[in-house]
Amino acid sequence: MASVLEAPPAARPAAPPARAPRRVLRLGLSFGRRSVAILAFLALWEIAPRAGLVDRTFLVPFSEVLPTLWDLARDGQLWSNTQTSLARALSGFAIAIAVAVPLGLLIGWYRTLAELLNPLLELFRNTAALALLPVFVLILGIGETSKVSIVVYACVWPVLLNTVSAVRGVDPTFVRAARSLGLSAPRIFQKVVLPASVPSIFTGVRMAGSNSIIVLIAAEMVGAKSGLGYLVNASQQNFAITQMYAGIVAISVIGLVFNHLLVALERRFTRWRADH
Amino acid sequence: MAPKIEVQGLGKTFAIRGGGTFDALQDISFALPEGDFLVVVGPSGCGKSTLLDLLGGLTRPTSGRVLLDGAEITGPALDRGIVFQQYALLPWRTAQRNVELGLEASGVPRRARAATAREYLQLVGLTGFEDRYPHELSGGMRQRVAIARSLAYDPGVLLMDEPFGALDAQTRESLQQELLRIWERTGKTVVFITHDIDEAVYLGRRVAVMTARPGRIKRVVDIDLPVHDEAADPRSSPEFARHRHEVWSLLRDEVAASRKEAVSVG
Repeated sequence: MASVLEAPPAARPAAPPARAPRRVLRLGLSFGRRSVAILAFLALWEIAPRAGLVDRTFLVPFSEVLPTLWDLARDGQLWSNTQTSLARALSGFAIAIAVAVPLGLLIGWYRTLAELLNPLLELFRNTAALALLPVFVLILGIGETSKVSIVVYACVWPVLLNTVSAVRGVDPTFVRAARSLGLSAPRIFQKVVLPASVPSIFTGVRMAGSNSIIVLIAAEMVGAKSGLGYLVNASQQNFAITQMYAGIVAISVIGLVFNHLLVALERRFTRWRADH
Repeated sequence: MAPKIEVQGLGKTFAIRGGGTFDALQDISFALPEGDFLVVVGPSGCGKSTLLDLLGGLTRPTSGRVLLDGAEITGPALDRGIVFQQYALLPWRTAQRNVELGLEASGVPRRARAATAREYLQLVGLTGFEDRYPHELSGGMRQRVAIARSLAYDPGVLLMDEPFGALDAQTRESLQQELLRIWERTGKTVVFITHDIDEAVYLGRRVAVMTARPGRIKRVVDIDLPVHDEAADPRSSPEFARHRHEVWSLLRDEVAASRKEAVSVG
């Protein structure tokens, strides 16, 4: 009955199993393409100190950093510091999301509230969280509370602002269609506004994810007795340069893994989008 | 018999940003018996879409009123279904779940919703595409889903705002043909907005020609064509040409008027 002009596309054929080796090859190639820049960077890191381009005392070749990282992992220092840092970063991150998403939905849904509050939110967002670190330390001391609080602060704004703009940016034709279908305002919020906002909220969540680690590491460098930021800073002060680099590598791996987890979560929730 | 839709002295004035007002519609009146197919044509910017929004209850009139089965409408409700030009399908829902959306508002139980949605997707020829997301469907298929969505909760009136305007010529023709088939089968009262004269004459049992701004109804032309025989290209018959010319002549002055205004405004 559908006209010939609009013939339904044939069902997508499943990849035949005979092609499996080729698929592995293709995956390998794509992995190679994506890691070539990183490998080049590590090679530069390795060669520059060895060739005497930089002082070897201050920039230790990468191959010497790895065994130190292994030692740190074996004697438990790496794990205990990572655990401390992750607990701080994740609790701050989680609190920020729990607060900012509902608040952002509320602010975005009420137009006047959004117009009233937006300038203030922009002001807060653009005040670097680290500039406020001394204030947090002054008021909350150097304990866990102040560290978690600064992470919360750094994570709240991107999530809040993205949620507000997500709600306000919902395609009005969706809302019109839902209204024409007789849906009540709360139902429109639940069935249209909320799902339409998910991609943009996730953008904010990802920004918050990287903020949480950046800010926490800095906070741990200023006043802490544990955590990866402390490890890096203390190593530098004790002139344990290799250990300092090992800590830095650990931090960057954790940041990368965290971001990948968030991207995977985002994909799961926005599988309907045409662009993935 | 009492008319299905009765429009009495309908007018809509918008406030312009920066002060002043703008008359989109003025003194529109017509009555439509149940099961009729009215096409509204007019030059661009004459307020056709505003008229449809008022019939749908999405906006409130400045003056006059719209009666549906003798009762004044006060907002959108499930006794009318609207099909928009931009489809307005929710991209995170499959075709099936999009059709179910209107049924969710009327409190149909989940299992019955799924069955009804499948039935209406079949009516628009989309069996086998229930689980596709909108971005996996062509424009014509998306509009079929939107039509199924508006029919699924069985409204008495179908309001269509240039639904085929964004489609290519061939898809448009096949959808026009199918719309007539669905109309004959379901007996809905249809109000269809377009700027395309051929489409108006082909689809409408009556064609209302609107004036340039502020929009008024200039004349309602009764279209009296023999039952469409698709094999014989109904658009090529002499009756079709005569009706087409009549509507074209009525529109010509209005298009010129709206163009003149556009020039003096611009």
